[in-house]
Amino acid sequence: MTVNNENIITVKDLVKKFGSFVANDHLTFEVKKGEIFGFLGANGAGKTTAIKILCGLSYPTSGTLRVAGFDIYTQREKVKRNIGYMSQKFSLYDDLTVYENIRFYGGIYGLRKKDIDSRSQALMQRLGFEAARNKLIRDIPLGWKQKLAFSVAILHNPKIVFLDEPTGGVDPITRRQFWDMIYEAAHDGITVFVTTHYMDEAEYCDRVSIMVDGRIAALDTPDNLKRQFSAPSMNDVFIKLARAKVA
Amino acid sequence: MPVKSVHVQQVTKRFGETLALDDISFDVARGELFGFIGPDGAGKTTLFRILTTLLLADTGTCSVEGHDVVKDYKKIRKISGYMPGKFSLYQDLTVEENLNFFATIFGTTLEENYDLIKDIYRQIEPFKTRKAGKLSGGMKQKLALSCAMIHKPDILFLDEPTTGVDAVSRLEFWEMLKRLKEAGITILVSTPYMDEASLCDRVALIQNGRIMTISTPIEIIHHYPLSLLSVKAGDIYKLLGELRSYPGVHSVFAFGQTAHVAFHDKNIDTGDLSDFLVKMQHKSVEISPVEATIEDCFMELMTAP
Repeated sequence: MTVNNENIITVKDLVKKFGSFVANDHLTFEVKKGEIFGFLGANGAGKTTAIKILCGLSYPTSGTLRVAGFDIYTQREKVKRNIGYMSQKFSLYDDLTVYENIRFYGGIYGLRKKDIDSRSQALMQRLGFEAARNKLIRDIPLGWKQKLAFSVAILHNPKIVFLDEPTGGVDPITRRQFWDMIYEAAHDGITVFVTTHYMDEAEYCDRVSIMVDGRIAALDTPDNLKRQFSAPSMNDVFIKLARAKVA
Repeated sequence: MPVKSVHVQQVTKRFGETLALDDISFDVARGELFGFIGPDGAGKTTLFRILTTLLLADTGTCSVEGHDVVKDYKKIRKISGYMPGKFSLYQDLTVEENLNFFATIFGTTLEENYDLIKDIYRQIEPFKTRKAGKLSGGMKQKLALSCAMIHKPDILFLDEPTTGVDAVSRLEFWEMLKRLKEAGITILVSTPYMDEASLCDRVALIQNGRIMTISTPIEIIHHYPLSLLSVKAGDIYKLLGELRSYPGVHSVFAFGQTAHVAFHDKNIDTGDLSDFLVKMQHKSVEISPVEATIEDCFMELMTAP
């Protein structure tokens, strides 16, 4: 385990309102350095809103937040330099090649040409993509795109990587290979903040938070959550919590 | 022999160099809830577009309720409901306007078929003046299903209705499908979620344009060719790596906090395996035989030569 006690994300009383609608209602939580933190919730529970704020893309209405050691109000650019982000839409450019995408993202994160070249070499070797170096993104399989998007998101060695439903739609073997990559990144000390609708993936996380209607309804290790809710799986924990609001 | 609702014979479809459907054949009986289970790019959407007469196959024949997809496409359009994978209702019309629009196109009214959709529609009726683009994922899905049902179709084609939808909405959606099935409607549904297979009467496991197997979920599991153990022991990442090095192991896959380990040998000594893991510094090792899930079957079929 590489998780230690240092907080890499600290969120206190985060509130985000859109008009009269409260999307995030006093969220308070911490994420430890090197942790795989699962951020779950029903559609519309407020996950994306919170992630956008943590990534420095949107301001909170109120609350104090520190991400990767920086203040989310006054040091947004520093936050952005120290995080990586991968969306469910994998924001790779379809009409650029594999190498061009790596070079583009490396450049955006301010890596020098020399570093980009050495890192992309290592990356393609590790993924077994050397033959695909000059292929257009649109011509490579979905599973490859996904692995590449993740590798690109951590190319600049960020302290934290945010993964927003990274495994949607891929086959079950690729989905597991992807989790091997997540474990590896966490092993190397990168904190992983991940959302998913696959509840078996929630079990792979060190700790999991479950949002219901803008609040954090539960936060603990998967084992403790299952015990607390007398549920055999995280799927049952989730359904108990998210259904409770309807009843 | 039950009455066929869908008949597909040797259908092939290419897009440039990509073989999207590779010699696909299957039948769906009337009233059946039939699932296509497979990842993105398997060919599910292409198949649905051919069956709903929106795309022509390169070769092969298909019929829906006895109507040929090429010659009788107009008849098929009248009796089919289609929910595309991509949300394709009018985002700037309200919930009610969308429903009225689809009802009018099919020459009917919301009132006329209210009974059929009321179970589903009631859940979104409180938001009927809200624009479709402003609905949450689960509500969009209910509206799309209501619109696909508004003309009382004989057969429904639902292309990945639960993708990107949370676990609770997925559960509710399948409960709705069960009720529609009880009303006698034939349903073809596609999904990348392997656990939804067990909710179908029969499923086709599909990958790279090919159907790997078609059967009832129980039969598919019954035909799983390996013996399978569930192993739990603290650090799952370390565990997976070490299990892969154990003699005689065919495959190791993570399933939540446990690992599923498959052997060709039916008589694996779990005591030996346990000793091995203890020697590898694992604490509280739990090993038990386990029945394969559809996901185990899918992965085995994917990697089979």
